[in-house]
Amino acid sequence: MKKLLFALATTAAVIGFSAGAYAADKAKVCFVYVGSKTDGGWTQAHDIGRLELEKALGDKIETQFLESVPEGPDAERAIERLARSGCGLIYTTSFGFMDATVKVAAKFPDVKFEHATGYKTAPNLATYNSRFYEGRYIQGQIAAKMSKKGVAGYIASFPIPEVVMGINAFVTGARSINPDFKIKVVWANTWFDPGKEADAAKALIDQGVDVLTQHTDTTAPMQVAAERGIKAFGQASDMIKAGPETQLTAIVDTWGAYYIKRTQLFLDGKWETSSSWDGLKDGILTMAPYTNMPDDVKALAEATQKKIESGELKPFTGPLKKQDGSEWLAAGVSSDDGTLLGMNFYVEGVDDKLPK
Amino acid sequence: MGMFEAILLTVITAATPLVLAAIGELVTERSGVLNLGVEGMIIMGAACAFIATQLTGSPYVGILAGIASGAIFSLLFGFLTLTLVANQVATGLALTILGLGVSSMIAEPYLGQSGIKLPQIVFPVLSDIPFLGAVLFKQDLIFYLSIALVAGVNWFLFKSRAGLKLRSVGDSHASAHALGINVIRTRYLAVMFGGACAGLAGAQLSLVYTPQWAENMSAGRGWIALALVVFASWRPWRIVAGGYLFGAVSISQLYAQASGVGIPSQFLSALPYLATIIVLILISHNRRTTLINTPASLGKSFVPDR
Amino acid sequence: MRIELERRADVSKLFSILSPFIALGLTLFFGGIMFMMLGKDPFSALYSFFIEPLTEVWSLHELAIKAAPLILIAVGLSVCYRSNNWNIGAEGQFIMGAIAGSILPVVFYEWQSPLVLPLMMLLGMLGGALFAGIPAFLKAHLNTNEILTSLMLVYVAQLFLDWLVRGPWRNPGGMNFPETRTFDATAVLPEMFASGRAHWGFGFAILAAILIWFMMRYTLKGFEITVLGQSQRAGRFAGFSSRKMIWFSMLLSGALAGLAGIAEVSGAIQQLRPVISPGYGFTAIIVAFLGRLNPLGIVVSGLVLALTYLGGEAVQVSLQISDKPIRVFQGLLLFFVLSCDTLIHYKIRMIWYDLNDTTGEGAR
Repeated sequence: MKKLLFALATTAAVIGFSAGAYAADKAKVCFVYVGSKTDGGWTQAHDIGRLELEKALGDKIETQFLESVPEGPDAERAIERLARSGCGLIYTTSFGFMDATVKVAAKFPDVKFEHATGYKTAPNLATYNSRFYEGRYIQGQIAAKMSKKGVAGYIASFPIPEVVMGINAFVTGARSINPDFKIKVVWANTWFDPGKEADAAKALIDQGVDVLTQHTDTTAPMQVAAERGIKAFGQASDMIKAGPETQLTAIVDTWGAYYIKRTQLFLDGKWETSSSWDGLKDGILTMAPYTNMPDDVKALAEATQKKIESGELKPFTGPLKKQDGSEWLAAGVSSDDGTLLGMNFYVEGVDDKLPK
Repeated sequence: MGMFEAILLTVITAATPLVLAAIGELVTERSGVLNLGVEGMIIMGAACAFIATQLTGSPYVGILAGIASGAIFSLLFGFLTLTLVANQVATGLALTILGLGVSSMIAEPYLGQSGIKLPQIVFPVLSDIPFLGAVLFKQDLIFYLSIALVAGVNWFLFKSRAGLKLRSVGDSHASAHALGINVIRTRYLAVMFGGACAGLAGAQLSLVYTPQWAENMSAGRGWIALALVVFASWRPWRIVAGGYLFGAVSISQLYAQASGVGIPSQFLSALPYLATIIVLILISHNRRTTLINTPASLGKSFVPDR
Repeated sequence: MRIELERRADVSKLFSILSPFIALGLTLFFGGIMFMMLGKDPFSALYSFFIEPLTEVWSLHELAIKAAPLILIAVGLSVCYRSNNWNIGAEGQFIMGAIAGSILPVVFYEWQSPLVLPLMMLLGMLGGALFAGIPAFLKAHLNTNEILTSLMLVYVAQLFLDWLVRGPWRNPGGMNFPETRTFDATAVLPEMFASGRAHWGFGFAILAAILIWFMMRYTLKGFEITVLGQSQRAGRFAGFSSRKMIWFSMLLSGALAGLAGIAEVSGAIQQLRPVISPGYGFTAIIVAFLGRLNPLGIVVSGLVLALTYLGGEAVQVSLQISDKPIRVFQGLLLFFVLSCDTLIHYKIRMIWYDLNDTTGEGAR
């Protein structure tokens, strides 16, 4: 009854209106975001990628997005809505959208789906991810050069393989320069809470770390580092504005390159499912300018970056020991991707116990 | 600087917004009005304070903007619940939804900008006292204001005539009305005071705690402030005790993590909430004192009979 | 100018039906202006918001999915609020219900039997009720305010779930990602109709609303709730125990929130994840009051609120705007609905001038 009256009440207002008056000749490429597209972190990086895609292929495609979509049943609905509204290619940009994407993909075999950071694929569902750890390895080396005390602080979000991998890459990089280097970890249990991230930064600095890095999304830790006069690394985007004299470099997510590549394949009718895990060499992540460091450290960082890009250096290469001292990788052996993607142990040098 | 001192400084920054928002809500609730929109008013204050600071270059203008925006925003709640006698619980929750939406809309152009931090005001001589000096006398204006406000509210409620009137409105609006007290006007003022304090708490977030604007940066602090009022059983100085207890537990768990204790971080993160519950149980065993302090008309609408 | 209210002798039947529509009209008007200021066609925006989600079958199913937990929780809360017990921790009870119900499909996943599903639902209700039992016990026996305890326990429940899915209950075959194994088919709440994915959670919600409505209206218990809610003293004279009422209302609302939790997990998500609710327990508080604490009204308000989420997404897609103005619009709608309900009990008089009024009390 109420619904009917609702309908009547607005019908008067919508006479003459017809839905779906869109240019039908362009292909629609759609994005599902977990956060707000202006969150200054993870989601914004994806949205910048979307805008780059529009710029590159704007004459052939139009893009659409849904933002702040909660994970779970809401995600399934949001993805289905986009699939129904005529999207040909849909990017779902959060790990938590994995099963929702799988379900909707099964329902719409003619629509192509790409899910970020997951591991389930289907003929019309591909996955993509970025080798952030390559950047963290470089950061570790810089930290080891810059730190006087040989201890860095690491503000972590949640204990998932991605974050653990980042911590290990940082330590491995640092220990390649200073074998005694250590890091202290604080789990903030949030991706996004400026206050709590600032508190975590203060706690770490008060306990004697003199370089700070973070795997949470706001610039609050950078601001604290600037205030206390130590150096820090940015996360997800270039945070130089928050710490002009503080930021050493930042890992910048540049998804645009991947989006353009895959969407072009889609337009050409050559899109196929894949599990791609691109790195520095593919431009899916870039390093913000190396600043606030002596020239020799900068040269070292640049050289390492080149070696990683050329494939000469793989960050996780033995000899490497696990935290308990047992051997993980023998000399010269590099880790396989499977172990990295499911990583749930620390390497030597982490002053923390991994939450189980 | 000693470790203990360092922790205290961090605790003060974390606890100040809680104390501010809670002391405002305490006055609102003492007048018999339950405003669950604290979170929405804090975030409005944070957004407006940051915008005003960026526009004028002065964080003090920002503070004023934060206070004003909180007070004005609370008027919306006042109009609905006091003039139109809408349900207070639902209106408060709706105010939070609206505040989160409006703040992220108006402050969008300011995302990613680095703010101006409110400078410290250093009391000469006093700040040289070992230990206490740095902790208590080298702070920013908002911290001093938070303590002054608690003292002021305490005096106002229990020592002044106007405060007595306000409490009588909260305890029994019908008898207060019969005594010739203007119930609605009193409540409007109390609601606006609550809004102004929440706005100031917001200003502390975007000017002191983390000088920047980020959507939803209040991150649930409004709810904690609401809980603190209950925790304090509507007595001003207990707000300070509760706020600092909560801040202390949540900050020390971060320090504990940094020193590598190896307890699951989820359990450590749950500690402040559990600690608050346990302390409340310990202090609320005496039914009579609790009842005396609880405003009896809390949450009930008032319409003068004619 | 002042606005003055005058209590009606009786509840206005006309306005209890009309007020939501006046509210809707006001929202349409002001919302239309807002969309126009954003440079969007207000008519198509409003169409997408209110009508489009109701024009397709799949979307109606989604509406039912979204409304089910809101209605189920809000119906339980209405009993609490009517009896003056301020349970605002339904979010935590939702989560604990989901956890308790998931013990079977996660820990005893090898046991597959038709009994699993009913047992899961029972366990879910039990989990929610027990968790609500904590603030109930503290209030009834230690005199601890339930607003604070129930709210604080929400955070505890969230962190507990977080720990479970990252630790002991993590899917061994899930690459160490924080989620449990997917439920077996025998542990999945079936769909109600063949035409879409709305599951029996919605059926539970409607059933609960009818049962509680019947209880409130026709049974002695309902009378007891109303009396104790209005005046504890009157209740005592009638021989009702407010302590027992604390237990009854909190356990009932906890059980319903727990049922909502396990129904959501089993019917819609099919595994536990670090976050399983986008704040249903808090949104349900608004739903309860929008429905005027009447179970049948709650069914309507739950559907309307669910519609605002679906409509919000539809507008985002059709007009290409961000979700911020949509959240403002949602807030506006709530404000108008709440304020228009005043008309049911009161006449509103505008007093334009009042020269002799110095007391602010108005001339008598």
